[in-house]
Amino acid sequence: MAIIETKNLTVIFDMPNNTRITVLEDISFTLEEGEFVAILGPSGAGKSTLLRATAGLITPTHGEVLYRGKLVEGVNLGVSMVFQSAALFPWLTVLENVELGLKAKGISPKERREKAIQIIDLIGLDGFESAYPKELSGGMRQRVGFARALVVEPEVLLMDEPFSELDILTAENLRNDLIDLWIEHKIPTKSILLITHSIEEAVYLADRIIILDKNPGRIKQEIYVDLPHWRDRDDEAFTRFVDRIYGIMMGKALVTKPIRPERYTTPFPHVRVGAIAGFIELLSDLVDTRVDIYKVAEDLQMDVADIQPVIEAAELLKFIDTTGGDIIITEEGKIFAEADVLEKKQIFKKLLLSHVPFIQQILQVLNNKSNHRMPVEFFIELLETKFSESEAHDQMEIAIDWGRYAELFAYDEDSKEIYLEEEIVES
Amino acid sequence: MLYKTIPIKRIKISVIDLGIILFLFAFIYGIVSTAKGWRESPGYALNISLSFSNLPYYAWLSLLRQFFAYILSLNFSIIYGYIASHNKGLEPFMISLLDILQSVPVLSFMPGVILGLIVLFPYGRVGVELGSIILIFTGQVWNMAFSVYGSMSSIPREFNEAANVFNLTSFQKFLYVELPYSTIGLVWNSMMSVAGGWFFLMACEMFTLGKRDFRLPGLGSYLQLAAIRGDTRAMLVGLGVMVVIIIVIDQLVWRPLIAWAQKFKVELSSEEVVPRSMIFTILQRSTITHLVGGTLENFWEKISKKFPSRIYTSSRGKASSITRVIMIGLFGLVIVYGCFRLSIIISNIPISRWGEILLSDFLSFLRVSTAVLLSILWTLPLGVYIGMNPRLSAVMQPLVQIFASIPATAIFPIILMWLVNLKGGLSVASILLMLLGTQWYLLFNIIAGAMSIPAELKEASYIFGLKGMDKWRKLIIPAVLPQLVTGAITATGGAWNASIVSEYVHFRGTTLSVKGLGAMISSSADKGDFGVLAASTIVMIITVTIINRFFWRRLYWLSEEHHSL
Repeated sequence: MAIIETKNLTVIFDMPNNTRITVLEDISFTLEEGEFVAILGPSGAGKSTLLRATAGLITPTHGEVLYRGKLVEGVNLGVSMVFQSAALFPWLTVLENVELGLKAKGISPKERREKAIQIIDLIGLDGFESAYPKELSGGMRQRVGFARALVVEPEVLLMDEPFSELDILTAENLRNDLIDLWIEHKIPTKSILLITHSIEEAVYLADRIIILDKNPGRIKQEIYVDLPHWRDRDDEAFTRFVDRIYGIMMGKALVTKPIRPERYTTPFPHVRVGAIAGFIELLSDLVDTRVDIYKVAEDLQMDVADIQPVIEAAELLKFIDTTGGDIIITEEGKIFAEADVLEKKQIFKKLLLSHVPFIQQILQVLNNKSNHRMPVEFFIELLETKFSESEAHDQMEIAIDWGRYAELFAYDEDSKEIYLEEEIVES
Repeated sequence: MLYKTIPIKRIKISVIDLGIILFLFAFIYGIVSTAKGWRESPGYALNISLSFSNLPYYAWLSLLRQFFAYILSLNFSIIYGYIASHNKGLEPFMISLLDILQSVPVLSFMPGVILGLIVLFPYGRVGVELGSIILIFTGQVWNMAFSVYGSMSSIPREFNEAANVFNLTSFQKFLYVELPYSTIGLVWNSMMSVAGGWFFLMACEMFTLGKRDFRLPGLGSYLQLAAIRGDTRAMLVGLGVMVVIIIVIDQLVWRPLIAWAQKFKVELSSEEVVPRSMIFTILQRSTITHLVGGTLENFWEKISKKFPSRIYTSSRGKASSITRVIMIGLFGLVIVYGCFRLSIIISNIPISRWGEILLSDFLSFLRVSTAVLLSILWTLPLGVYIGMNPRLSAVMQPLVQIFASIPATAIFPIILMWLVNLKGGLSVASILLMLLGTQWYLLFNIIAGAMSIPAELKEASYIFGLKGMDKWRKLIIPAVLPQLVTGAITATGGAWNASIVSEYVHFRGTTLSVKGLGAMISSSADKGDFGVLAASTIVMIITVTIINRFFWRRLYWLSEEHHSL
């Protein structure tokens, strides 16, 4: 039986510069009783927005959220939430933080204390009742976050990347404790909805994974993880799941996505040249020609969330090719990895000019001006027709970084102008 | 095992508790017996005695006025800040109103407040007493309200979401989330506000309005009378009493409050220097504080249940268009009416008088600029020196705080004694008062700026052999500039305010004045000339705003953009 259902959920934010950003588009899914569902997606896929819409913290622009068949208006009373940063109130003790939700429900002080102490014991916070959050380690703080969410005995527990700010060991420890509470039915929670950007975490915990695409956030695919708990990360079946999901997340195969003919629609991944160059060099040391993306992340000891933009950038410039979940270094990539500093700049320049239309456009504008200078605002405004204001600034920053490295143009921070350097103009 | 870690409440009464009880009794008796005096003596032409034996009583009365004004400010700022941050329709109006009110000098409120209250309370001293309290209030409240508004509208998103997910009632949210989050800012601003209250104490306790001469018994009027009579001994003793009171309050009230407020800090990292206070530790260990705290908590909880559970709708909600239109309409009407009345008063001012006002404005501008410039000249090297030597700053900061808390207005008559016979003496004294009153803002900010220079930058400049002018140009000035500008904005505003009490002075039985906008405001308030008072107040507000917008803010943006660390 479905506890929560979203129907054609679309969330559009009005930005201050009068642009509208579609964060979520046409999301329909159900959360069944007894299910642990993970929502997986890259940053910018609107995962958090989806979670908040489910909780009733954000009203969707179109579509609706149903809780046990009833339309959710305002806060969804059947849910409770664990936040990324734990969001504990620093002026309240552990006990007071946990009791807060019960206070709102108007439960008597005595009963409140009993329930709070009970959940504190269950979650392993025994002895820390009178401590303030700043006295606790990150892991302990997040435990309080769990206790605070669970003490109100919600039917659905929503979790917003609750492990992402913890170190590896603490996170794993807390994940296992959560699984234990869940599969042993130590908590009355009927369903869990987890937001995460870690594929492994999703495969480790969830019964079903909903993969989101970004710009705008849409459901790309759903996968049932039919592995029994406790799952073993070294198990071959586990790795196969992880691999498959990597492939889906990296793949460009989303049939319904319209191909837009406009220029500079592909946003620059937020990656500086240094990171791209370093990545290509490391990659060429690691492998010969073809490699599994999952293995690369593992070998580089990086999280997929951190490495994904670098991969995107490298692919945008055709240093690599990632069709179907594998990374293949292209010829240019190989040459680039071996080249010295000046040669590297040359190769980068060539690739930038042939694969990034926005850079071409900047050059065109500068060449057409008699003084070869243009205020950066001009280009930012161009970008703002496609991106939010802050995103447009970020995009411009990356464009300048790449363009400077390739010595295509220069940028004067004081006058805020982009210009062609003398030698470039002459040649 | 339930309850095992919950400490059993101690009901043991200790000496400290006894002390607290006695203090409370004495305080209540003090208030009651003081209130009796309000009905007896008339509010004006009261005899203030310069006898030292009266000083404790006068000091007590002044303290009480400050206390009531502060309580009023506290409540007002919390309510105002709360409404402004929660009502999207009202927000822009309430904030610009605050911005304007903040730059209105205290004395410009005086005639309206006093006359209104005397009409309401024609008998005894009540009307004037209340007027004085409200005047002090107008000097304290605005920055506090700003602080509450600022805190409440910048509550971290996840805090708000947590409160909403757990379905806290609006009152519970206020009590457990919004008020605690605002506390630190409120405590610091309270400190500043009360210091400002002492600065204008003399002006708020003794003033003339047309033919009527209002005097309230208090430390401020004592000091002012001593100045008028030219009684040096009384001036010095009065000043001494004031300094003692300020230091005692600092130790008994502000230090404990700041130490207590640390628990509301949101940054979860443990800090290097945690403010401490003996008194706070003592209070924390006392049974009474725990009992009172517990009772209060129960009381609030019962109240909070009375409020309906607010079903939260949307984090991106906007005020509905109808309330918005009504609000704009009402607000517009008030403004139009006010402007209409004001224009009638002002239109009676002859052109020649306007010329005089503008000339005065220019002269005051020169004095203010000189004072701020001189302040920068001496505070910059000293502040940087102190700030870059951690050991020195640990010693100096509390000292500087005590110096800063001595109201310059109380020292002013003493300065005046030396300068009054010189040619242009009042002008010099006026600049000196502005300097005394405002240099501290600069010094504080410069010290803070210099302290925040990262060690690596200092090391790098040492390695590269940066010295002398080069070091100042390349390292120090860029690093402290944003802080310097912040301090200078406050200092400029303060200096303009100080012009009111320094350009027009009653001293040794005569009235001394120099041409200036401050003198214009003071004298017109004295004479009850509301047209000139309104006109010069408006000119001052405009001048201060223009200087801030077109000079300081620009400089600030520039320094932030290029040199932010």
